[in-house]
Amino acid sequence: MTALDEAPLSAAGNPIGFGRMHRKEDVRFLRGEGNYVDDVNLPGMLHSAILRSPYAHARIVSIDTSAALALPGVHAVITGETLAGLGLAWMPTLSYDTQAVLATDKVRFQGQEVAFVIADSRYIAKDALELIDVEYDALPAVVDAKKALDPGAPIIRDDKEGKTDNHIYDWEAGNKADTDAAFAAADVVVTEDILYPRVHPSPMETCGSVAHMDPVTGKLVLYTTTQAPHAHRTVYALVAGLPEHKIQVISPDIGGGFGNKVPIYPGYVCSIVGSIVTGKPVKWVEDRAENLMSTGFARDYHMNVSIASTKEGKILAVKVDVLADHGAFNGVAQPTNYPAGFFHIFTGSYDYPAAYCNVKAVYTNKAPGGVAYACSFRITEAVYAIERIVDCLAAELKMDSAELRLKNLLRPEQFPYTSPTGWEYDSGDYEKTMRVAMDIAGYDELRREQAEKRAKGEYMGIGISFFTEGVGAGPRKHMDILGLGMADGCDLRVHPTGKAQVRLSVQSQGQGHETTFAQIISHELGIPPEDIEVIHGDTDNTPFGLGTYGSRSTPVSGAAAALVGRKVRDKARLIAAAALECSPDDLEWELGRWFVKGDPTRGKTIQEIAFAAHGSLELPEGVEGHLDAQVVYNPPNLTYPYGCYICVVDVDPGTGQVKVRRFIAVDDCGTRINPMIVEGQVHGGLADGIGMALMEVIAFDEDGNNLGGSFMDYLLPTSMECPDWELGETVTPSPHHPIGAKGVGESATVGSPAAIVNAVIDAISPFGVRHADMPLTPANVWRAIQGRPVRTDMAVE
Amino acid sequence: MQTPAPFDYAKATSVADALALLDKHGEEARVIAGGHSLLPMMKLRLARPDALIDLNDIAELRGIRIEGNEIVVGAMVRHAEILSSAILAEHYPIFREAEHMIADPIVRNRGTVGGSMCQADPAADLSAVGSALKGTAVIQGAAGTRTVALRDFHEGPYETKVQAGEILTQVRYPIRPGAGSAYEKVERRAGDWAVASSGVFVVVSGGVVTDCGIGLTAVGADHYCAPAAEEFLIGKAPTEENLAAAAKIAGDSCNPVADQRGPADYKAHLAYELTLRALRRAARSSQGA
Ligand SMILES: Cc1cc2nc3c(=O)[nH]c(=O)nc-3n(C[C@H](O)[C@H](O)[C@H](O)COP(=O)(O)OP(=O)(O)OC[C@H]3O[C@@H](n4cnc5c(N)ncnc54)[C@H](O)[C@@H]3O)c2cc1C
Repeated sequence: MTALDEAPLSAAGNPIGFGRMHRKEDVRFLRGEGNYVDDVNLPGMLHSAILRSPYAHARIVSIDTSAALALPGVHAVITGETLAGLGLAWMPTLSYDTQAVLATDKVRFQGQEVAFVIADSRYIAKDALELIDVEYDALPAVVDAKKALDPGAPIIRDDKEGKTDNHIYDWEAGNKADTDAAFAAADVVVTEDILYPRVHPSPMETCGSVAHMDPVTGKLVLYTTTQAPHAHRTVYALVAGLPEHKIQVISPDIGGGFGNKVPIYPGYVCSIVGSIVTGKPVKWVEDRAENLMSTGFARDYHMNVSIASTKEGKILAVKVDVLADHGAFNGVAQPTNYPAGFFHIFTGSYDYPAAYCNVKAVYTNKAPGGVAYACSFRITEAVYAIERIVDCLAAELKMDSAELRLKNLLRPEQFPYTSPTGWEYDSGDYEKTMRVAMDIAGYDELRREQAEKRAKGEYMGIGISFFTEGVGAGPRKHMDILGLGMADGCDLRVHPTGKAQVRLSVQSQGQGHETTFAQIISHELGIPPEDIEVIHGDTDNTPFGLGTYGSRSTPVSGAAAALVGRKVRDKARLIAAAALECSPDDLEWELGRWFVKGDPTRGKTIQEIAFAAHGSLELPEGVEGHLDAQVVYNPPNLTYPYGCYICVVDVDPGTGQVKVRRFIAVDDCGTRINPMIVEGQVHGGLADGIGMALMEVIAFDEDGNNLGGSFMDYLLPTSMECPDWELGETVTPSPHHPIGAKGVGESATVGSPAAIVNAVIDAISPFGVRHADMPLTPANVWRAIQGRPVRTDMAVE
Repeated sequence: MQTPAPFDYAKATSVADALALLDKHGEEARVIAGGHSLLPMMKLRLARPDALIDLNDIAELRGIRIEGNEIVVGAMVRHAEILSSAILAEHYPIFREAEHMIADPIVRNRGTVGGSMCQADPAADLSAVGSALKGTAVIQGAAGTRTVALRDFHEGPYETKVQAGEILTQVRYPIRPGAGSAYEKVERRAGDWAVASSGVFVVVSGGVVTDCGIGLTAVGADHYCAPAAEEFLIGKAPTEENLAAAAKIAGDSCNPVADQRGPADYKAHLAYELTLRALRRAARSSQGA
């Protein structure tokens, strides 16, 4: 099924190029030899802890740090006032808003950073927190996003001059007039309020940093949990006025990111200030509750979704009104021109001419964030909206949900396809992928079984989701973050003995970059992947680029790696020609070797060429020695991976419990570089989907208390909730990507929640249920069956 | 990493030693068993004992054995040992069924019966099992040993009859020939605490229920039990109608509170639904089916 021939194997048994191989990085991870930020211990290093607000909204009357300072082992206590003196009390967010580093005037969410203690040990630092006396004057909190714009609502951002409400922005996409006209003319219109609740990426490793500002050299070395080391370096330079050539950001092994490690957090900034203040390295590592309560959350989109169709089920138009809860600071990380991320790809995988969305963003007294948790810049919300409403339409039309989708899917000859909201889908054969998924599932048989079970009073459900993503941000003329264009550099050095090092700006958090990128170079040059070292995560030793999130590493840096490999291959040709005393035009490439056309015995391997490039061979005019190259890749478009997921559940209506019995995932991510890594990414994302669909949520009570601040309250799925994943694939290479690869890191997280929810709703539809919000915990399912659904973003009453 | 406030630590070698150490370290000392409830609270600084007296080395607190017509379970018996005990499996399958759903293997390898009973969490599963089976607790202090019925053991959430300076040494369960037993629990996810649980034993003899016990957790049942429902069933045939009526009484006797696990009406419904399911299975098994 793969579009590629099998790669030959190296002496170590690895594919020379694409194919299955064990991840190179696993050798150290499986032995417990990974090196995470908390493993970094520098001589003389001090430890720290952050005092956080117990209130969601309160004025700070006074802060008394004297008792904390008097505790033996405490070196310094930094407050907002200290930072204000340095001009650092506030910092810019990635969305051109501001965020308090340490609160000066007010606290605006529970868990907000108030003071920073530096001490000999983490224990002493935490002991000292209890000695800081903060007097608060509690204020009413804005918790319900739907009430944030009510007249008389407390103003959260009174730090912003002239701010008289909690409004952040209105943003729209698509064509309103066309859409309204299509709705007016439609036979059938279905509307549903659909919440994508606030969830949290919760990587296994929480966020942290070790800052060392060398008082002699003035150089700052920052070990930090970042998915974007270069972007962070530049932001520190811009914000703190530190000279960029004296900032080295090192992102060592990262224990999961999912978008959680894209923003810059107050703790990182405090560790830097702490090192400046004390003259010593300062480590800050947050604990689990701090991670859940204060760092970048995801989603929190209240969506009103409408779909219009003919009575035969031909979709005519879709519109979505979104109320976006951004928390107390607009800390969303996304390309500047897209305040709602790529949400407007919500038109999905279907062929219809009119669509419109309107996104209204508001401040609430909750933690800031918003684009995280493997969401491809809010495509998760978009896919959920369209796939849920298509199922609602199928219910309204009493039509099978697969049939309705098949009737409306884009057809292969429509690609490249320009969507009603302006995206240019690069390639696809959607029906083929859907048929593969239905075949694996045995769809017709499942429907028969469902009918039999229903007759016996058993509630089985089948849910489908067909998703299209746009990933690999992005073309620099459209896409930047804080003014930094989203193009990635890549350097390749082939050493004299033919072993290579490739340097990249993207940062692996578990995606297997050390393997995948070695395989890409291997594919281009024929050097075995075990002979290629991937160097990343250290800004002093890698070229500039924007980092790993939004499934962009393979689409952007993967393209850069392929192109830098080709550049070296072209140079190798000139050198081989010199060595073989022939014209470069007479040479032909086979994997790992240039040879003379018509005389395959006369040739030079890439290893021989590498040695010659560094040796005494006389090189032709204009050819420099050595075998190195650099590229910067500016993607011409996003890549558009897609897939069809089918979920089968059994629901116990007496208890509301959902059992996911089967899950079929057929992904088309174009060329599969290492199919095993692709499958691993899909497995992880599917588990994420089970989590979001069935258990994960951060709700708040009316005082703004965070009700998901520990793993007792914020539930992550375990293997017990996951069925044996049944995977399939189709391969439709991206036409504009050098190796035809599309990103896959987030596909399953984006695509799976809708399939699961659709399956549960399908199961309980005999009770008259058409929609219920995530997470579908036993209680929520039972209440939906009773016709009294709960509001999942608030405290359960 | 979450870090506890400073504390002293001493390892006890016998019950007498533990009592002496408790006396020595005073009111703010706490015993530690598996530590799976106590340590998380200490790390969140919700608990801050001055000293921990470690019970893990005390041999006399271990083991599951039969004494007369009672099964004796030492306070330091781990959840995992209950799960795999042949004695308990033979007399009361309810233990296996409950333990399968308590936490996860890591917690079960360490967490203990004594810790579970003394933590007195309103959602503790073994408390429901103990109340269902009408067991007794053996408490030892400087003044000697006393026994307390498990249905009197809990004073309320996180409070028991064990006084400062005392420890729980054993839990004892009467053996009831011919009893069937079962445990039903709804959790949001494997390893989560109960949204609601119900555990029961039933003895059916001569076509009628001659003895039964109903234990409930996480639903605000007084002392984790439903005595009115039990009384209703005694002397009645274990028909679906009677079992459902008893389950209804049990459900109505609960006083659940809403939290993120679910609203109160749902939990009350579960108290009924799960009790009915457990009663059905226990009655069937008592009748040899
Ligand atoms: C992730 C997780 C999930 C869990 N899920 C469940 C669940 O689903 N159902 C459930 O029932 N439980 C659950 N538990 C709790 C588990 O059963 C604990 O092990 C148990 O509650 C405490 O046992 P322990 O031995 O660890 O006690 P410890 O934590 O050592 O002690 C708990 C308390 O009891 C006191 N204590 C302990 N032993 C004695 C004694 N012999 N005499 C007097 N006082 C004593 C201690 O001083 C302390 O106050 C869970 C725990 C965790 C961490």
